[in-house]
Amino acid sequence: MATILEIEDLSVHFPIHIGTVRAVEDVSLNLEEGEVMGLVGESGCGKTTLGFSILRLLRPPGRIVKGRILYHGQDIVQMSEKEILSLRGRKIAMIFQDPLTSLNPLFRIDQQFIETLLTHEKGLHKRAAFTRAGNMLESLGISPERLLEYPHQMSGGMRQRIMIGMGLILSPDLLIADEPTTSLDVIVEAQFLDLLNDLRKQFNLTIILITHNLGNVAQLADRITVMYGGTIAEVGEANAIFDNPLHPYTQGLLSSIPNIKLDKPKLKTMPGSPPDLVNPPSGCVFHPRCPYAKDICKVQKPETFSKDGRLVSCWLYG
Amino acid sequence: MKNLARYIITRLLLTIPMVFILLSIVFVVLRVMPGDPVSSMLGGHAPERVIEQKKEELGLNRPLSIQYLDYLWQICRLDLGESMVFKQRVTKAIAEKLPATIELTIFGILITLFLGVFLGAYAADRRRTVQDYVIRLYGIVVYCIPVYWMGLMLQLIFGIWLDILPISGRTSPRVFASTFEKTGLYIIDTILVRDFSALGDVLIHLVLPAFTLGLVLSGIFVRLTRANMLDVLRADYIIAAEARGIRHKKIVYKHALKNAFIPILTMMGLQIALLMAGAVLTETTFSWPGMGRLLLERIYLRDYPTIQGVIIMIALIVAMASLVVDIIYAIVDPRVRY
Ligand SMILES: Nc1ncnc2c1ncn2[C@@H]1O[C@H](COP(=O)(O)OP(=O)(O)OP(=O)(O)O)[C@@H](O)[C@H]1O
Ligand SMILES: [Mg+2]
Repeated sequence: MATILEIEDLSVHFPIHIGTVRAVEDVSLNLEEGEVMGLVGESGCGKTTLGFSILRLLRPPGRIVKGRILYHGQDIVQMSEKEILSLRGRKIAMIFQDPLTSLNPLFRIDQQFIETLLTHEKGLHKRAAFTRAGNMLESLGISPERLLEYPHQMSGGMRQRIMIGMGLILSPDLLIADEPTTSLDVIVEAQFLDLLNDLRKQFNLTIILITHNLGNVAQLADRITVMYGGTIAEVGEANAIFDNPLHPYTQGLLSSIPNIKLDKPKLKTMPGSPPDLVNPPSGCVFHPRCPYAKDICKVQKPETFSKDGRLVSCWLYG
Repeated sequence: MKNLARYIITRLLLTIPMVFILLSIVFVVLRVMPGDPVSSMLGGHAPERVIEQKKEELGLNRPLSIQYLDYLWQICRLDLGESMVFKQRVTKAIAEKLPATIELTIFGILITLFLGVFLGAYAADRRRTVQDYVIRLYGIVVYCIPVYWMGLMLQLIFGIWLDILPISGRTSPRVFASTFEKTGLYIIDTILVRDFSALGDVLIHLVLPAFTLGLVLSGIFVRLTRANMLDVLRADYIIAAEARGIRHKKIVYKHALKNAFIPILTMMGLQIALLMAGAVLTETTFSWPGMGRLLLERIYLRDYPTIQGVIIMIALIVAMASLVVDIIYAIVDPRVRY
């Protein structure tokens, strides 16, 4: 399989008045064509920031301070404004957490579709764009007549489907879905994940699925990246990670989800709180909460080790 | 649509008590104020007997309550009465002056909106840059400047020093009273008779007063637009639009501005009274023969019926304008249903 995205030593900082938020620090990650990569981690660990960086959507003061993001070998970080504009929506799409607020309330659905289409396909006829939008809705199980409605006339699940339809209308090959189901109820969520799975095959999509719901990831993801405090703790096959988490943080994360299959529910919460990214702990960012912390963890950042086909950043495996 | 019609009718009916209350206040205040139409007409040295006779004639010697009820009854018959100082129907006096005020305020609003909204949006887009600080400073300064002073300064700069713009009146003296008979809105009248040199003359006279009014009020709108735009630019749908590759300019001036415009419209509705007040002052500064100057002149003369008539008219304009604003609101925002 070919590599679609290669992130190399990426750091993203937010200089603010009290210091610099190191939201993403030295992150490296490879994405193979056609896979679904689950990106999990506690709130504030830098998932959204990483997603935004890939499309260069960071808001000031956020800035990529170092590293490369190679999309089919081209460095997104170095691209001109024009190049990045033609990538957004056409090659790489992103959908967001809250479908209720992700559509502009003052424009009809068809207007938002048509604008997206005409932005990238100059010279396309409005009527043709309208038809394409209608077909897209139909394939998402929404009647094309609803194109003429405004976002507030639709349910949350419908809006999220419309968001993804708008994302996919130009057949991009990479989709970044930032907690797409967080604000949906359980049934709609399940339907949406099914849909995502279908679309993935239909469009031959590579997906980065950002979530803190490990259930979603288990259902959909081929591989999982676990982030902690702006860094990557562990990357590997989803099944392998669920069966045998290597990084102590991953272990903690997995044991903190309720498991109904177990006779004795062992629901543990991890002690401590997420790190302060302005003054991150020395050495390994996880060491203050780590039950296995050694001396070296306090002074030196862990290297990334390869074990059982997985990548894990922890001195336990050095 | 049926709901909208019902809403409009309700709003119109609500203006009746509003006008009634306003009118009662004006009625009392005018009569509590020292001076009356007769002494201002005849001067301080007229013999007592003449003054008394004149007062009797105008009904000013009757008890206040009777005068009040009488006036209300007259209003209910949609009759604004006759001036106490000149032989002139109040409606006629108003009809002569109203178009001038309408022309001035419409251009004032346009300038205010244009400057306020675009500067505010631009400042929000360029947040924390030099342009942003300059525009914010402009907003504050302009907001603090009294209308008079702004008018005088513009007259001084453009009328006297640069000598490129007229500083008073609606037209040059040489112009053609007969041209302006149809609507009294000089711009429309001159276009109707295809007299384009007169149109030019009318427009050039409009520049300074309209800018005075427009600049002063634009301060509020700069600040309001900027604040709203900053909010809107943070919204999810803005990032989502950006993620679809839509150009930044289009996002700011189409997607964001349309959303930011909704609270601005609300503000417009509330500011119309202020705009009318500004218009009164502007008219005085620029000898603009509109309702504002009419009002001021007749206040000096204590011409009760005309003053009351003008106030009613202004109240109705304010009510109408805010109704129009509400209707625009319903058109812009699909979520609004009455
Ligand atoms: N505009 C900003 N200014 C300063 N700090 C920011 C800004 N945006 C994000 N951050 C910081 O960057 C870090 C990563 O935030 P990010 O939104 O990427 O986390 P996340 O993993 O997506 O969290 P969540 O699960 O809550 O969405 C956080 O510590 C956050 O406080
Ligand atoms: Mg997030």
